[in-house]
Amino acid sequence: MRFIADIVNADKMSGRSRKYKIIFSPQKFYACEMVLEEEGVFGDVTCDEWSFYLLPLDEDIISMELPEFFRDYFLEGDHRWINPVARALQLLNSLYGPFGRTYGIGRSAKMSYELWRDLEEESESEGQGRKPEIGHVFLMDRDTDYVTALCSQVVYEGLVDDTFRIKCGSVDFGPEVTSSDKSIKVLLNSQDKVFSQIRNEHFSSVFGFLSQKSRNLQAQYDRRRGMDIKQMKDFVSQELKGLKQEHRLLSLHIGACESIMKKKTKQDFQETIKAEHSLLEGFDIRESTSFIEEHIDRQVSPIESLRLMCLLSITENGLVPKDYRSLKTQYLQSYGPEHLLTFHNLKRMGLLTEQSAGETLTAVESKVSKLVTDRAAGKITDAFSSLARKSNFRAISKKLGLIPRLDGEYDLKMPRDMAYVFGGAYVPLSCKIIEQVLERRGWQGLEEVVRLLNGNEFSASDSTVEDNPACEAQRVVLAVFLGGCTFSEIAALRFLGKERGGEGGEGKGREGKGSARLSWGMHGDGSGSVAAAPQHCPASPTGCKFIFLTTAITNSARMMEATIEAKA
Amino acid sequence: MSRVRADEEEYWHSSKFRAFTFDDEDDELSQLKESKRAVNSLRDIVDDDDDDLERVSWSGEPVGSISWSIKETASGSTSSLDGRDSSLQKGSSSYAALPKQASSYSLSSLFKGRNKLSSFQSLSDALTDTGVKNYAPELRRPKAEYKDYSSDWSPKDTVRRMQRGKVCSLERFRSLQDKLVLLDEAVAGHDGNVITAVLIFLKRTLRREILFRELEVRQVALCHLIHFLRETGEQKFLLDLLRFLDRTEEVALSQYREHLNIQDVEKRREFLKGCIGLPFSAEDTSHIQDHYTLLERQIIIEANDRHLEMAGQSELFRKYPRKASILNMPLVTTLFYSCFYHYTEAEGMFSSPTNLKKTFKIPDKQYVLTALAARAKLRAWGDVDALLTTKNWLGYTKKKAPIGFHRVVEILQRNNAPVQVLQEYVRLVEDVETRLNLATKYKCHDVVIETYRDLKDRVQLTAYKSKVERGSAEEEKIQNILSNMQIRWKN
Repeated sequence: MRFIADIVNADKMSGRSRKYKIIFSPQKFYACEMVLEEEGVFGDVTCDEWSFYLLPLDEDIISMELPEFFRDYFLEGDHRWINPVARALQLLNSLYGPFGRTYGIGRSAKMSYELWRDLEEESESEGQGRKPEIGHVFLMDRDTDYVTALCSQVVYEGLVDDTFRIKCGSVDFGPEVTSSDKSIKVLLNSQDKVFSQIRNEHFSSVFGFLSQKSRNLQAQYDRRRGMDIKQMKDFVSQELKGLKQEHRLLSLHIGACESIMKKKTKQDFQETIKAEHSLLEGFDIRESTSFIEEHIDRQVSPIESLRLMCLLSITENGLVPKDYRSLKTQYLQSYGPEHLLTFHNLKRMGLLTEQSAGETLTAVESKVSKLVTDRAAGKITDAFSSLARKSNFRAISKKLGLIPRLDGEYDLKMPRDMAYVFGGAYVPLSCKIIEQVLERRGWQGLEEVVRLLNGNEFSASDSTVEDNPACEAQRVVLAVFLGGCTFSEIAALRFLGKERGGEGGEGKGREGKGSARLSWGMHGDGSGSVAAAPQHCPASPTGCKFIFLTTAITNSARMMEATIEAKA
Repeated sequence: MSRVRADEEEYWHSSKFRAFTFDDEDDELSQLKESKRAVNSLRDIVDDDDDDLERVSWSGEPVGSISWSIKETASGSTSSLDGRDSSLQKGSSSYAALPKQASSYSLSSLFKGRNKLSSFQSLSDALTDTGVKNYAPELRRPKAEYKDYSSDWSPKDTVRRMQRGKVCSLERFRSLQDKLVLLDEAVAGHDGNVITAVLIFLKRTLRREILFRELEVRQVALCHLIHFLRETGEQKFLLDLLRFLDRTEEVALSQYREHLNIQDVEKRREFLKGCIGLPFSAEDTSHIQDHYTLLERQIIIEANDRHLEMAGQSELFRKYPRKASILNMPLVTTLFYSCFYHYTEAEGMFSSPTNLKKTFKIPDKQYVLTALAARAKLRAWGDVDALLTTKNWLGYTKKKAPIGFHRVVEILQRNNAPVQVLQEYVRLVEDVETRLNLATKYKCHDVVIETYRDLKDRVQLTAYKSKVERGSAEEEKIQNILSNMQIRWKN
């Protein structure tokens, strides 16, 4: 804002007169207007809002493209993005009819829900009367599950995101992938025939798939030998284009795989994964700690080091003070003293904390409060309780069985459960919660888990929507992630959807994809022209299809970057 | 209610359109109802889409100050009120057909007209009729009344309207009580944008201490204010707030943060010096101290080395020109730099690695790792050897690596160390399997052969024979071992 105001003022000074227009998206903030007013350019600039809430990235992913949500809410405690989320819900509601049941966990989830209901009551007319097409909505705060977001991703789409950064559903493959001297921008979604088949697979199965695919392709090309003229003509006119297209895609993804492999070998990927897994399981903590230490000492990467430290802290409920001090010191020495601020941020968010035994805490607290006045005591309690916000990961993990018992090798090609997205070592907590709540149609029986997750759960149902499990819409679940969601989580829930669909008798085959899809048209103002039609899903009575709404696609690196104090 | 309505009518009264209907004075009562209706319907329009109207109030200006003469009449004698009322309402009704335009016309056009007094003769006549002077004492009222018009909402409604992105004047909330209710409503509404807007208003209209005191018990609002101050860069206000809250550590950190905006190194150094005394935790104070010392050293080193480089007399600098200045680099990078360019300097020199190590209490592990990387880059294998050699008290020498020899090998290999050098360290890798892997990978044949011999693994050794060059010394060595009758092979 100030920047704009400066431009305007500079123009004014030099006697130029222009027209200025600022377009705020998704909404205008009062604080921005204040700045304009203060800078004396309020009247000179016309403002507009572009109420842009939903960006469909794929047939089942909608992003709000608000990566700021994460830092603004979870670090600064600013509620400014709650309104856009509520409006996005309202928009979806008006497009797809009333939602049957709503569940959620987390404070911002609850607030978004309340604000949305509020908005809904005001404009009762719009969404009503539409046939409901979304049966369940699940809202979740990112801070319910930091662990999953901090893990290295090993499903293909996640790896591509971690390595090359997918932006708004497209990625720039550099020269090392394209094996030419220019980079190519590629759209990654279900339209890409090759990609759609490997995106959710564990990386280790991708190679096999790609080589099989290229053999097939070769065979199809080879058919042209021994053709007569007419067959050749048909071949050229009908198949060749498709084959060429497929060929192009295949070579791209093979190139991407190679490049990923190269980079990962250089970074001791295997060792990192091993360390991560032992952190998740809670074994060999000492070893992992020294692994991290070495990581820092070698200046491998500031983001990676930070990520591993956070993972250690969350899984262990904070670091032992001695470790905390020494890791912090070494980190500052390796990556720069200004990261002192970063550590402070992480502490505030509860991502990287120092252990303090609960008993001593209360003891100190009561001792102190005896000594000082009431008001001060209240303050101290506040301070302590914010410090004491614990992640309780170990207990939750045990309760929900997040670490699968291993009997023999985990077959990553034929996954048994959602743990496959982390090489069979860990079921993503966020997805497990969603699964459990959907299964129980509420939070009953999960009280202990909820307590460990710091509460703020809710569930509600829209009485106007009949609760008919046979109804098609009941199988569509809208998963809303506030503060970002990762491709691993998306893959895990897609798997869950298929799996539940498969129980109806289709077996575990990949063909069991629920075919309920939201097809998106381009929409201008968000109403009207969207052709939304979940097609029906014939066989499976229990199948479900997840649709994702997230404030942004995230991964560990993006999250860490958001907490780092930027160099001005 | 009728009071309010009258006020609204005032508004229309003050619009210039009134002039057109002025001579329509008779038949008051019959038209009264109709015009009321018209006004009411007008109000609907206004209510639904009153942005234009309110913009007038928001920008605030001449509304109150000049419209005195017109408005005063309203509060005057009832008789004159009645008379005026009807005419006014007729004005409104006739005007109801073109609502939007009127509102955007706003009051200022009226004032222009009035000042000239020519084109609006009739209007001023009307005003003189009702006797302006009598009501002069109530000069300021109209503004308040006008405000009522747009913002007579309860705090809750105000918040709601703001959430929907409508402009609302908050000026009406004048008592502390009202302000706080408004703030609490905003917080309950979960919209950060509105909370911030209310806070901006409170910040403008309340003394700091009072605002701070109230925010102390309103954590959510407090977060918003802090974030807002940070975003708009009102550092001083922010520090005052944090001090008031006794959040001394945050005060210190906020001040420290400012150093990021200082580009000039000398100024930055000075600033950091000032930071040392800030109320950080004991641990952080030492970090800040280190930060300051580090920058101080870097400035000295940089000045020296730039000079050296320019002079072009040092071979090292000529051969490996510096890629970037060392200023503002992390400590480890600085250490690497000094191991690279100043390895042999005496401890007394600021730029010597040992001095850095001592000053900043760099752990052994870290030091070896960094020095190793730097010396290996220069291919100074002798230094590498010396670095990893320790003497015990009997004078025996022993190779030791606090980072593990597999790391040493990795670093050396990355710097293209010759096999002879590499071999020596591969041999020292403790874990047999890792040793074999590394040795095979980097073609340290001797190590592979010896390891297999020690493992008494004839099969593997025989297999390895085919991998070495025919007729080489290695092949011969394998042959010798295999034919050694004293070894008890395990297979």
